[in-house]
Amino acid sequence: MSEVFKVTSRQAGKFIVIAVEGYINNLAGEKVLDEFNRRTAEGYRHFVLNLEKTQLVNSIGVSILIEMIEKTQEFNGSLAFCSLLPIIAKTFKIMGLTQYARVYETEAEAIAG
Amino acid sequence: MSANAPKRFELEIPIAHDRELEATKIAEQVAEEMQFGPDCVAEIKLALIEGIINAFEHSGSAMQKVLVEFAIHDEELEVVVQDFGQGFDASSKPAAARPLQKRGYGRRLMESLMDEVKYFTSPQGTRLVMKKRRPKRA
Repeated sequence: MSEVFKVTSRQAGKFIVIAVEGYINNLAGEKVLDEFNRRTAEGYRHFVLNLEKTQLVNSIGVSILIEMIEKTQEFNGSLAFCSLLPIIAKTFKIMGLTQYARVYETEAEAIAG
Repeated sequence: MSANAPKRFELEIPIAHDRELEATKIAEQVAEEMQFGPDCVAEIKLALIEGIINAFEHSGSAMQKVLVEFAIHDEELEVVVQDFGQGFDASSKPAAARPLQKRGYGRRLMESLMDEVKYFTSPQGTRLVMKKRRPKRA
Protein backbone atom coordinates (compact mmCIF):
# COMPACT_ATOMS: atom_id res chain seq x y z
CA MET A 1 0.00 0.00 0.00
CA SER A 2 1.63 3.23 -1.14
CA GLU A 3 0.33 6.76 -1.07
CA VAL A 4 0.72 9.02 -4.07
CA PHE A 5 4.15 10.59 -4.09
CA LYS A 6 5.31 13.21 -6.54
CA VAL A 7 8.40 15.38 -6.80
CA THR A 8 8.82 18.18 -9.32
CA SER A 9 11.27 21.04 -9.70
CA ARG A 10 11.46 24.35 -11.46
CA GLN A 11 13.84 27.27 -11.66
CA ALA A 12 13.00 30.59 -9.97
CA GLY A 13 15.89 33.02 -10.41
CA LYS A 14 18.97 31.54 -8.77
CA PHE A 15 16.81 29.01 -6.92
CA ILE A 16 15.53 25.59 -7.80
CA VAL A 17 12.19 25.02 -6.11
CA ILE A 18 11.58 21.35 -5.41
CA ALA A 19 7.91 20.68 -4.71
CA VAL A 20 7.04 17.48 -2.92
CA GLU A 21 3.64 15.85 -2.64
CA GLY A 22 2.99 12.98 -0.23
CA TYR A 23 4.53 11.20 2.75
CA ILE A 24 8.33 11.47 2.84
CA ASN A 25 9.78 8.16 4.00
CA ASN A 26 12.99 6.42 2.88
CA LEU A 27 12.02 5.75 -0.75
CA ALA A 28 10.31 9.10 -1.25
CA GLY A 29 13.27 10.83 0.39
CA GLU A 30 15.59 9.12 -2.08
CA LYS A 31 13.48 10.49 -4.95
CA VAL A 32 13.80 14.01 -3.54
CA LEU A 33 17.55 13.48 -3.19
CA ASP A 34 17.77 12.24 -6.79
CA GLU A 35 16.06 15.41 -8.03
CA PHE A 36 18.35 17.55 -5.86
CA ASN A 37 21.43 15.72 -7.19
CA ARG A 38 20.22 16.09 -10.78
CA ARG A 39 19.87 19.84 -10.32
CA THR A 40 23.23 20.22 -8.55
CA ALA A 41 24.81 18.35 -11.48
CA GLU A 42 23.33 21.05 -13.73
CA GLY A 43 25.19 23.62 -11.63
CA TYR A 44 22.45 24.95 -9.33
CA ARG A 45 23.48 25.69 -5.74
CA HIS A 46 20.44 27.29 -4.07
CA PHE A 47 17.33 25.28 -3.30
CA VAL A 48 13.88 25.76 -1.79
CA LEU A 49 11.96 22.70 -0.73
CA ASN A 50 8.23 23.43 -0.88
CA LEU A 51 6.38 20.98 1.39
CA GLU A 52 2.91 22.49 1.04
CA LYS A 53 1.48 19.14 -0.11
CA THR A 54 3.44 16.99 2.31
CA GLN A 55 1.54 15.79 5.37
CA LEU A 56 4.28 13.88 7.21
CA VAL A 57 8.04 13.35 7.10
CA ASN A 58 9.36 10.41 9.08
CA SER A 59 12.79 10.32 10.73
CA ILE A 60 14.36 8.43 7.82
CA GLY A 61 12.99 11.03 5.40
CA VAL A 62 14.44 13.78 7.59
CA SER A 63 17.84 12.06 7.59
CA ILE A 64 17.82 12.34 3.78
CA LEU A 65 16.96 16.04 3.98
CA ILE A 66 19.92 16.41 6.36
CA GLU A 67 22.12 14.88 3.67
CA MET A 68 20.90 17.58 1.27
CA ILE A 69 21.69 20.33 3.79
CA GLU A 70 25.21 18.92 4.22
CA LYS A 71 25.76 18.90 0.47
CA THR A 72 24.68 22.54 0.10
CA GLN A 73 27.09 23.45 2.91
CA GLU A 74 29.92 21.70 1.03
CA PHE A 75 29.46 23.87 -2.05
CA ASN A 76 28.45 27.08 -0.18
CA GLY A 77 24.91 26.88 -1.45
CA SER A 78 21.67 27.07 0.48
CA LEU A 79 18.60 24.99 1.22
CA ALA A 80 15.44 26.52 2.66
CA PHE A 81 12.05 25.01 3.45
CA CYS A 82 8.67 26.62 2.96
CA SER A 83 4.96 26.02 3.53
CA LEU A 84 5.38 23.54 6.38
CA LEU A 85 2.45 22.07 8.27
CA PRO A 86 2.84 22.53 12.05
CA ILE A 87 3.76 18.84 12.55
CA ILE A 88 6.59 19.11 10.01
CA ALA A 89 7.85 22.38 11.50
CA LYS A 90 7.83 20.70 14.91
CA THR A 91 9.65 17.62 13.58
CA PHE A 92 12.36 19.79 12.00
CA LYS A 93 12.76 21.74 15.24
CA ILE A 94 13.06 18.56 17.34
CA MET A 95 15.63 17.17 14.91
CA GLY A 96 17.63 20.40 14.78
CA LEU A 97 17.21 21.16 11.06
CA THR A 98 16.08 24.70 11.74
CA GLN A 99 19.58 25.55 12.99
CA TYR A 100 21.00 24.80 9.55
CA ALA A 101 18.24 25.63 7.09
CA ARG A 102 15.85 28.58 7.02
CA VAL A 103 12.10 28.05 7.12
CA TYR A 104 9.69 30.42 5.36
CA GLU A 105 5.94 30.68 5.48
CA THR A 106 5.58 30.86 1.71
CA GLU A 107 7.52 30.02 -1.42
CA ALA A 108 7.54 33.70 -2.44
CA GLU A 109 9.25 34.64 0.83
CA ALA A 110 11.80 31.85 0.41
CA ILE A 111 12.72 33.00 -3.09
CA ALA A 112 12.93 36.61 -1.95
CA GLY A 113 15.36 35.37 0.71
CA MET B 1 -7.60 5.90 36.45
CA SER B 2 -10.46 5.50 33.98
CA ALA B 3 -13.96 5.23 35.38
CA ASN B 4 -15.08 3.23 32.35
CA ALA B 5 -13.47 0.24 30.67
CA PRO B 6 -11.45 1.52 27.70
CA LYS B 7 -12.61 0.80 24.18
CA ARG B 8 -9.87 -1.19 22.41
CA PHE B 9 -8.90 -1.82 18.78
CA GLU B 10 -6.12 -4.09 17.59
CA LEU B 11 -4.58 -4.63 14.19
CA GLU B 12 -1.74 -6.65 12.77
CA ILE B 13 0.74 -4.89 10.50
CA PRO B 14 2.98 -6.96 8.21
CA ILE B 15 6.62 -5.82 8.18
CA ALA B 16 6.67 -4.32 4.69
CA HIS B 17 7.27 -0.98 3.06
CA ASP B 18 4.64 1.71 3.83
CA ARG B 19 2.42 -0.68 5.80
CA GLU B 20 2.75 1.65 8.81
CA LEU B 21 0.33 3.93 6.97
CA GLU B 22 -2.49 1.45 7.55
CA ALA B 23 -2.15 2.01 11.27
CA THR B 24 -2.08 5.79 10.88
CA LYS B 25 -5.46 5.74 9.12
CA ILE B 26 -7.01 4.01 12.16
CA ALA B 27 -5.10 6.35 14.50
CA GLU B 28 -6.54 9.33 12.65
CA GLN B 29 -10.12 8.06 12.96
CA VAL B 30 -9.74 7.22 16.63
CA ALA B 31 -8.03 10.50 17.52
CA GLU B 32 -10.61 12.57 15.65
CA GLU B 33 -13.39 10.68 17.41
CA MET B 34 -11.72 11.64 20.69
CA GLN B 35 -11.78 15.29 19.52
CA PHE B 36 -8.03 15.74 19.27
CA GLY B 37 -7.27 18.74 17.04
CA PRO B 38 -5.51 18.34 13.68
CA ASP B 39 -2.04 19.11 15.07
CA CYS B 40 -2.42 16.54 17.86
CA VAL B 41 -3.76 13.98 15.36
CA ALA B 42 -0.67 14.52 13.20
CA GLU B 43 1.60 14.15 16.25
CA ILE B 44 -0.06 10.85 17.20
CA LYS B 45 0.28 9.59 13.61
CA LEU B 46 3.98 10.48 13.39
CA ALA B 47 4.77 8.96 16.81
CA LEU B 48 3.01 5.78 15.69
CA ILE B 49 4.96 5.72 12.41
CA GLU B 50 8.23 6.06 14.33
CA GLY B 51 7.24 3.28 16.75
CA ILE B 52 6.34 0.94 13.90
CA ILE B 53 9.40 1.64 11.75
CA ASN B 54 11.64 1.19 14.81
CA ALA B 55 10.03 -2.21 15.28
CA PHE B 56 10.43 -2.99 11.56
CA GLU B 57 14.09 -1.96 11.51
CA HIS B 58 15.49 -2.85 14.91
CA SER B 59 13.46 -5.62 16.55
CA GLY B 60 15.24 -8.44 14.72
CA SER B 61 11.93 -10.28 14.74
CA ALA B 62 11.57 -13.59 12.93
CA MET B 63 7.81 -12.99 12.84
CA GLN B 64 7.09 -10.62 9.97
CA LYS B 65 4.48 -8.58 11.80
CA VAL B 66 3.87 -6.11 14.59
CA LEU B 67 0.68 -5.61 16.57
CA VAL B 68 -0.81 -2.16 17.07
CA GLU B 69 -3.43 -1.48 19.73
CA PHE B 70 -5.47 1.59 20.48
CA ALA B 71 -7.22 2.02 23.81
CA ILE B 72 -9.60 4.92 24.32
CA HIS B 73 -9.59 5.92 27.96
CA ASP B 74 -11.67 8.71 29.49
CA GLU B 75 -8.69 11.03 29.73
CA GLU B 76 -6.22 9.76 27.15
CA LEU B 77 -5.51 7.73 24.05
CA GLU B 78 -3.13 4.83 24.54
CA VAL B 79 -1.25 3.54 21.49
CA VAL B 80 0.73 0.30 21.74
CA VAL B 81 3.23 -1.18 19.29
CA GLN B 82 4.16 -4.78 20.08
CA ASP B 83 6.99 -6.53 18.25
CA PHE B 84 8.25 -10.09 18.61
CA GLY B 85 11.96 -9.36 18.38
CA GLN B 86 14.90 -9.69 20.72
CA GLY B 87 14.21 -6.71 22.98
CA PHE B 88 16.71 -4.00 23.85
CA ASP B 89 18.13 -2.08 26.79
CA ALA B 90 15.35 0.43 27.36
CA SER B 91 17.28 2.09 30.20
CA SER B 92 19.79 3.53 27.73
CA LYS B 93 18.52 6.96 26.80
CA PRO B 94 18.96 8.18 23.24
CA ALA B 95 22.25 10.02 22.84
CA ALA B 96 22.13 13.80 22.82
CA ALA B 97 21.58 15.08 19.31
CA ARG B 98 24.74 16.03 17.46
CA PRO B 99 24.74 18.69 14.76
CA LEU B 100 23.06 17.26 11.66
CA GLN B 101 23.02 13.76 13.11
CA LYS B 102 21.38 11.49 10.55
CA ARG B 103 19.78 8.65 12.51
CA GLY B 104 18.54 7.78 15.97
CA TYR B 105 15.75 10.33 16.15
CA GLY B 106 12.78 8.00 16.30
CA ARG B 107 12.69 7.66 20.06
CA ARG B 108 13.37 11.36 20.58
CA LEU B 109 10.50 12.23 18.25
CA MET B 110 8.07 9.88 20.01
CA GLU B 111 9.03 11.27 23.42
CA SER B 112 8.58 14.83 22.18
CA LEU B 113 5.27 14.26 20.43
CA MET B 114 3.47 12.14 23.04
CA ASP B 115 2.74 12.84 26.72
CA GLU B 116 4.12 9.51 27.91
CA VAL B 117 6.31 6.85 26.27
CA LYS B 118 7.26 3.58 27.99
CA TYR B 119 8.95 0.39 26.85
CA PHE B 120 8.34 -3.06 28.28
CA THR B 121 11.01 -5.22 26.72
CA SER B 122 12.25 -8.78 27.04
CA PRO B 123 14.04 -11.33 24.81
CA GLN B 124 10.57 -12.26 23.51
CA GLY B 125 9.77 -8.80 22.22
CA THR B 126 9.08 -5.17 23.03
CA ARG B 127 5.84 -3.48 23.94
CA LEU B 128 5.96 0.27 23.32
CA VAL B 129 3.20 2.12 25.14
CA MET B 130 2.53 5.76 24.23
CA LYS B 131 -0.13 8.03 25.69
CA LYS B 132 -1.63 11.31 24.58
CA ARG B 133 -3.94 13.14 26.92
CA ARG B 134 -7.37 14.02 25.61
CA PRO B 135 -7.86 17.73 25.03
CA LYS B 136 -9.80 19.51 27.75
CA ARG B 137 -13.41 20.18 26.82
CA ALA B 138 -14.40 23.84 26.79
